[in-house]
This record gives sequence, structure tokens and C-alpha cells, in this order.
Amino acid sequence: MHPAFSVIVFTTASGAGYGLLALAGLLFALGVLPPQRGFGLCVLGLGTILVTGGLLASTSHLGRPERAWRAITQVRTSWLSREAVAALLAYIPIAIFGIGWVMLGRADRPVLIAALATPVLAVVTVHCTAMIYRSLKPVHQWCNGHVVPVYHVLAVLTGALLLNALLHLWGGQSQLVALIAILAAALGAALKARYWRFVDTTRAASTPETATGLSGMGKVRLLEPPHTGSNYLMREMGFHVARRHAVKLRRIVQIAAFAIPLALLILASLAPPIPAVFAAVIAAVSGLAGTLVERRLFFAEAKHSVTLYYGADAA
Amino acid sequence: MTSYTPPAEGTRKLGLVIDLDTCVGCHACAVNCKEWNTSGHSAPLTDLAPYSRDASGVWFNRVHAFEAGSGEDSRTVHFPRSCLHCEEPACVSVCPTGASYKRAEDGIVLVNADTCIGCKLCSWACPYGAREFDEEDGVMKKCTLCVDKIYNENLPEEDRVPACVSTCPANARHFGDLGDPDSSVSRMVAERGGVELMPELGYKPVNRYLPPRPKKTGCGSGKSAALEPAFDPAAMHPALRWLDRILTR
Ligand code: SF4
Ligand code: SF4
Repeated sequence: MHPAFSVIVFTTASGAGYGLLALAGLLFALGVLPPQRGFGLCVLGLGTILVTGGLLASTSHLGRPERAWRAITQVRTSWLSREAVAALLAYIPIAIFGIGWVMLGRADRPVLIAALATPVLAVVTVHCTAMIYRSLKPVHQWCNGHVVPVYHVLAVLTGALLLNALLHLWGGQSQLVALIAILAAALGAALKARYWRFVDTTRAASTPETATGLSGMGKVRLLEPPHTGSNYLMREMGFHVARRHAVKLRRIVQIAAFAIPLALLILASLAPPIPAVFAAVIAAVSGLAGTLVERRLFFAEAKHSVTLYYGADAA
Repeated sequence: MTSYTPPAEGTRKLGLVIDLDTCVGCHACAVNCKEWNTSGHSAPLTDLAPYSRDASGVWFNRVHAFEAGSGEDSRTVHFPRSCLHCEEPACVSVCPTGASYKRAEDGIVLVNADTCIGCKLCSWACPYGAREFDEEDGVMKKCTLCVDKIYNENLPEEDRVPACVSTCPANARHFGDLGDPDSSVSRMVAERGGVELMPELGYKPVNRYLPPRPKKTGCGSGKSAALEPAFDPAAMHPALRWLDRILTR
């Protein structure tokens, strides 16, 4: 599948944003975070920017962005519609939580309820995003049980890395946040390895033979494509990443998204304050960059069944 | 509506039956489809840079050619590909706006160009590549089964079939109600063992493809018949033989 830049940025940014907001809500309610309003502004501000920027980036790939509101109407069947609705609903607790913490400096019952509702809606939104891909039967690399957990873990990981960096920049530190990030990095590395093993060792049920209904005649190969030029289908579904590059990019993901953050977080918890700040910030940047590469690969390695009609021998 | 009630037993399922035995790959169906539909229900079928080297445009029907089997037994199979008007069209259920819908009365799958936001998700959800995005209009386009032709009372009765069907010079395309087991298309499917494409994905396509008939080998008589000599001067009348000699000079 063609890795559209806007979609890659959207899923990475909004995943990190929801992860950050979810952890902020949860840990605020537990009283683990510094209660200062300035810190609240940094955390919730960054989270909201990431989430909103992601949403805007995703509307930029629409053919008719001015009609985007219509996307909230089909929640009964469409994961994309559900995602849009969940994303909009999530703004309600985020707003109450934000106003309570940042503007009023309060931590009373309504604010705590909003703080706790934030992670719930954040998880629901990330889940809907992941389900959009997971439910697409023509794409073997997406339509499997490994996809949704990876989306959740990467959201928690990038959110935790950002929260950890902000904490260090604020002059504080939380062993709990660092621990969450470390666990998410380890889990993410394992889940991605499992996903790639799945992709490498299984094949889509569809073949050129089933796609043409000619199974009874033996092997089916494309002889002549229908047109000499390119078309929408080939551009959108026919992206091809060289095997060699895929291996290299997978390694980059394992290192940048998981290994470097993991090592730096352990380092940061042992190092004196100044180097610890650097370690925490670099860990966050590396984690986000690694996640961008992961998303790009998620698209680039996905093969749509329509490629079977254009000469692919397997999807 | 994006959500739809699966058609009850006996409801009409309009669709195409494509005969891969007789299709000669002439592309007439694709061309006539483009011609009719570029001013039809989902008009226009935009072409980008039409006179340049990288011309590219929206087509509802594309004719591929495959080679099936190997060695002496291999066959060239021309393969027209268009929307199969599936009974379980995920292209419809993934649509966030309700712009994609399946008509209850005849099963035709259409896009409402006035409400489509061009998110392209339906084209990802279609295994068959039947949906093509119109970059200029910003909306998704697809085969309409010539909904504006098959019910068109301004046309003579015999012309009320999809453009691809009426134009096919090899009579390889047939249109009818596949929900009615007694329709001519259903009987053709039963007789020839018509198949679904990618049944494993569960979209339950309505259109069917008739596989090529078994290849005949030899001349059909069973014996290898030697040709009669076309011309044997020795068996000719002497006068004719003389004439032949004169003429061949
Ligand atoms: S062929 Fe594709 S576009 Fe047509 S109904 Fe089936 S899934 Fe939808
Ligand atoms: S491109 Fe249009 S028809 Fe297709 S899913 Fe999006 S809104 Fe629906």
C-alpha cells in the first residue's frame, strides 16, 4: 500500500497524543504528576496539539475535506466513522480536565472524573484507528490479530516517552512513568518481532488463481496488463518496497523505537539531572522517529489483493 | 445508507456473467463503458494528462490478459475486470459517510458523488480493484452497471443492458438477474460451472466468470488424417495435362 505521508504522520502523532493524554489523566488522578498548572499546560497542550494536528493531517488526504463532517454518520458499520466520533468525544473530558487543571488549578471530583475518562476515550480512539486496518480483508499484512496490540503499545510507548521527557524538563522525575515506557518498549519490540514473523511465514489466502477463478487450469501469470501507463490502483495499492530495504528498515524500527529509548531511560534514571534530561528527550525523539518508520513500513509492506491482477504472484 | 439488510432469498441480484472462453480481449467493453459512463450517473470519467506519456484516468472496466497452465496445455485468457456488485460489499460497510450504498431493489452498488468525501477507504476494502478515485472531482467512482441505461425507457427494449454487454462483439458478456435461478444468466452459470472470484474473502460477488472450455487437441476426428494431394498431374486427362504444361510456362 502506498505510504501516504499524511496518514503516517496522522497515526503517529495522534497515537502519541492519545498516549500522552491518557497517561496524564491516569497519573494525575493517582496524584503522581507535579500538580503545577504550568506543567499541566505543557502536557495537555502538547497532547492536544498532537491529536488535533494528526486529525487535521488526516483530513488533508481527503478528496473533499469540506465535507469531512459527514464522516461521523456511519458508526454502525464503519470503523473510520467510529474513529471520528471517538476522537471528537474525547475532546470533552480533555477539555474539562484541561480547564480544571490548567485554568482553575483544581483537582476535585469533576476534574478527576474527566481525568479518568480521558484514558478511556483515548484507548477507544486508538482502537478504532487500528481496527480500520485490521478489518480490511484484502490486505493480509493488516487483517490479522497482531495489528491492534501494536497500535495500542506504540501509543502508550510514545505517550510515556513524551511524558517522561516533559517531566525531566520540568525538573521532576517519575519512576512510574519511566517504568511504563520501559515495559512498553520491551513489549513493543516483542510484538513487532512477532508481527514480522507472521508476515514472513504466512501467505494471503488469495492467489492469482483464485483472483481469476482459473485454479483448474494450473498456474496463472499476467501476460498483458490492461494499460501501458499507471493508474490509481497501481499508485495507491501497488507500492513496492525492496526486500533489502525492508530488512534494514525493520532493524531501524527495533533500534530507534525500542532499543534506544529503553537504554536511555535506564540511563536517565541513574544519571545526574542534566544528562538525564538529555537522555529523556533523546529517548522521546528516537521513539517517535522509530514509530514513523514503523508506520511507513506497515504501509509499504502491506500488499493488496488487487496487485494479483497486476502481476504479483502472491499478496 | 452504509448499513444494508442482506437481500432476502428471491430478490433481484443484477449482475454480469463473463465468458472467458469467448472473450477475445478486444477492449471494446472497456471503451464503450468509458464512452457511456463519462456522461452518465458518475460522470465524468476524468482523464489526467490525456495526451501525454503518463496519461491516466478513471475506468470502470479493465481488460487483463493472463496465461494459465504451462507448456503445451497453457492458454491465454483475456480477463475483463469490473465491480462484481458483491452481496457482502465491505466497500459499502467501511464507508464513513454513507456515500457508498447497495440498492435493496436490485443489488447494484453505487457511490453518491454529492456526499463522498474521497477518503478512499472503500477502494482499500474492495479486493477486486473495482473502485477508482477521481483526482479532479475528489470523489470515488465505480461501475454503475449502467443504472442509467438498463432502466432507460427512452431506449429500445433490447438496448437496456449495460454498455459493455451491448458492445461485446464476441458475445462474451451477459447481463441478467442472478437471484433468479431460472434466468438465462443463472442457467448459463449452472451449465458452464461459472465461478466466483476470490470466494475465500467472503464478499459473495454476484458476477460470475465462465471458465474456458477444455482445449481441443488434434483436428477433432481422432485419427491423424493426411491431406488429399491437392494436385496430381499424373491423374489428369492428357489434354488437360498438355494445357497445364502450356500454362505453367
Ligand atoms: S467488487 Fe468491489 S466495489 Fe464492487 S461491490 Fe464488490 S467490493 Fe464493492
Ligand atoms: S471514498 Fe467516498 S464512497 Fe469511498 S469510503 Fe470514502 S466517503 Fe465512502
